[in-house]
Amino acid sequence: MSNDIFVITEHMDGKFSDVSFEMVGKAKELANAWGGQSVSIVVGSGISSDGFASDSTIQVDDETLNRFNPEAYGKVIEALVKEKSPRLVMFGWSATGMDLAAWLSARLGKPCVAYVKGINIEGGALIVNSQIYGGKMMADVSPEGDMAIVAVLAGSFPVEAGQGSTAATQIASPVLLDGLKIKFVEAIKPAAGDVDITAQTKLVSIGRGIGSKDNVELAEELAKKIGATVSSSRPVVDAGWLPRTRQVGKSGLKVKPKLYLMLGISGAPEHLEGMKGAELIIAINTDKKAPIFNVAHYGSTADLFEVAEAMLELL
Amino acid sequence: MNIVVAIKHIPSIADDLPVKGNNVDFDSVDFVLNEFDEQSIEQAVLVKEATGGTVTVVGVDMIGELDGVLHLALAKGADKAVKITGDDPAADSHQQAKWLAEAIKGMSPNIVFAGVQASNDLDGQIGPMIAAHLDMPYIGGVSSVEVAGDTATVNKEFAGGFGAKYAVSLPMVVGVQASTKPPRYAPISKVRQVAQTATIEKVAPSGESSARLTMKKMAPPVVTGHAEMFTGSSKEVAAKIVDLLKSKGLA
Repeated sequence: MSNDIFVITEHMDGKFSDVSFEMVGKAKELANAWGGQSVSIVVGSGISSDGFASDSTIQVDDETLNRFNPEAYGKVIEALVKEKSPRLVMFGWSATGMDLAAWLSARLGKPCVAYVKGINIEGGALIVNSQIYGGKMMADVSPEGDMAIVAVLAGSFPVEAGQGSTAATQIASPVLLDGLKIKFVEAIKPAAGDVDITAQTKLVSIGRGIGSKDNVELAEELAKKIGATVSSSRPVVDAGWLPRTRQVGKSGLKVKPKLYLMLGISGAPEHLEGMKGAELIIAINTDKKAPIFNVAHYGSTADLFEVAEAMLELL
Repeated sequence: MNIVVAIKHIPSIADDLPVKGNNVDFDSVDFVLNEFDEQSIEQAVLVKEATGGTVTVVGVDMIGELDGVLHLALAKGADKAVKITGDDPAADSHQQAKWLAEAIKGMSPNIVFAGVQASNDLDGQIGPMIAAHLDMPYIGGVSSVEVAGDTATVNKEFAGGFGAKYAVSLPMVVGVQASTKPPRYAPISKVRQVAQTATIEKVAPSGESSARLTMKKMAPPVVTGHAEMFTGSSKEVAAKIVDLLKSKGLA
C-alpha cells in the first residue's frame, strides 16, 4: 500500500476536461501532506499528455482505447490500481467517471464517495465532503480502510493548480483488451437545426416547477417579450416538453448569458454546472430552501405562473 | 428476454430534510422513487414491447412503503415486482447493490436497467456496482436502447449534446439517463386495480457490503451568498423584476 494518489483524467477529441486539472491540483496538495506521489493517469491513444502538474503521468496507450469504452477503461484502471495500490483514486463525477468510480469500488471492495466537493486530511485520515440530495445537504464522511475512491464534481477545485509540464510515461495496456463485450460504434454529434442556447444573451429557463408541457407556452411568451430564448433543466427535456438542444447543465450545455431568468428550477449541482457563470441570475421558485437561492443574484418564492403573467402585462 | 429493473426508494428532496445525529432523520421524510428510475422503468417496458419478454422490477424496501412504488411500476407495464426486505432506511448504495445483485442473479437477466444516479448516492450508484457483482458490462448516461438478438445498441450521452453509440453483448447493466420516450402515465384507477390484484414477491436480504463510509456530519450547505429576495404579491414581484430588467437594459 502506498500513499500515492491516482487521478483518472478525462479527455475528448484530445482535449482534457477542466475537472482533470482540478483533481491533479488537489492530488498534489494531498500527496504532499501524506508524503506520497500524485500520479495522473491517461487512458487513450495518441494523446499529448504533458500538461499536468502531477509528480508523474502514466499514459496507457492502445488503439483500442481511442474512444471511451467503460469496459476497456475499467479493466485498464483496475489493473493499474491493483498493481500500485494507491491511497486514493480520483475520478470526475462526469459522463465517464460516473461509469467507472462506483464500478471500481465494488470490484475492489473499497469505499467510494460521489458528488465530491471537498477533500481534506485530518490527523492523517481522509475527510471527504459530498454535496447530495440535489445540493440540499453536505455530508462529511471518512472512508474506512486503506484505499478510497472519490468522484469529484466539476468546479470544486482551481484548474490552474493542476496545470504543469510533467512529461508523460507511455506504457502498453497492462491487460489484454480482446474479447470486449462493449464495442464503440460511432460518435453522436449535437443535433443541428435548433437555436443554439450557448449563443443567446438572454435565457428564460424552466424547470420541473413549470408543471406540464402546456405551461411551456407561457415561458415562451415571456421570453419573446424580452427577446430571450427558452432553455431548461434536465427534467423538462426528459419529460419531452422541450428538445434536448435546450438543456442547460452537466449533461446538457454550458451557458453564460447576460440574463438567466429561472422559473421553477431548484438548482441541483448538475444544473449549476451549466449556468453559474451567467451575469444576472433571477430565480423564481416556491421552495425557499431551494439551493438556487444561494447562487442567484435575485430571487422570489412567489408563484411562477402569477409572476410570469404579471410580467407579460407590464412588458 | 428477462428484463430486470433495479430501483431505489429515496428521501424526497421536495421538502425540508431534517437532520438527526449525523444523517438525515429518516423518520421525518417522505420516501419516493428515484426520478431516474421512472425513466429506467419506461425504457425497460419499451424494450419489452419491442422484443417480448418480461419486466421484473426489484428494489430494497427501505421503510416498509415500497409496495406503492411497485404497484405503479406494474401499472406502467412491468410484469413482476420483487421487494428485498431490507428495512434499513440508512442502507447505503453499496449495501443495496449487494442485496440487489444477489436477488437479480437468480433471475438470469438478459438486461438489467438502473437509474443513472440518485440524489442520495453518497457512496456511488447501484447500477455500476450491480454490474461489478454480476460481472456484466455497464454503460451509464444512456438515452436510448435497442435490443436485437443478444446485442443491445445503446446511446450514451456526454456533455454538450455529444454522445456515442455502443453495441454490447448481453447480458449487461444499463444506467438510464432518459428513456427513448418520456415515461408513460398510469391512471390512478389502474394503479388501484393493480394494488388489489398484484402479488409482490418478498426476498430476504443476502450478502453484506464491506466497503463503508463513516458519517461524520450532515448539514445544509453553508451559505456564502444569498439572492436578494423580492417579496410582496406576485404582481409586486413581477414589477420589481421588470424594473430590474429595464434598469439593466435587458427588457
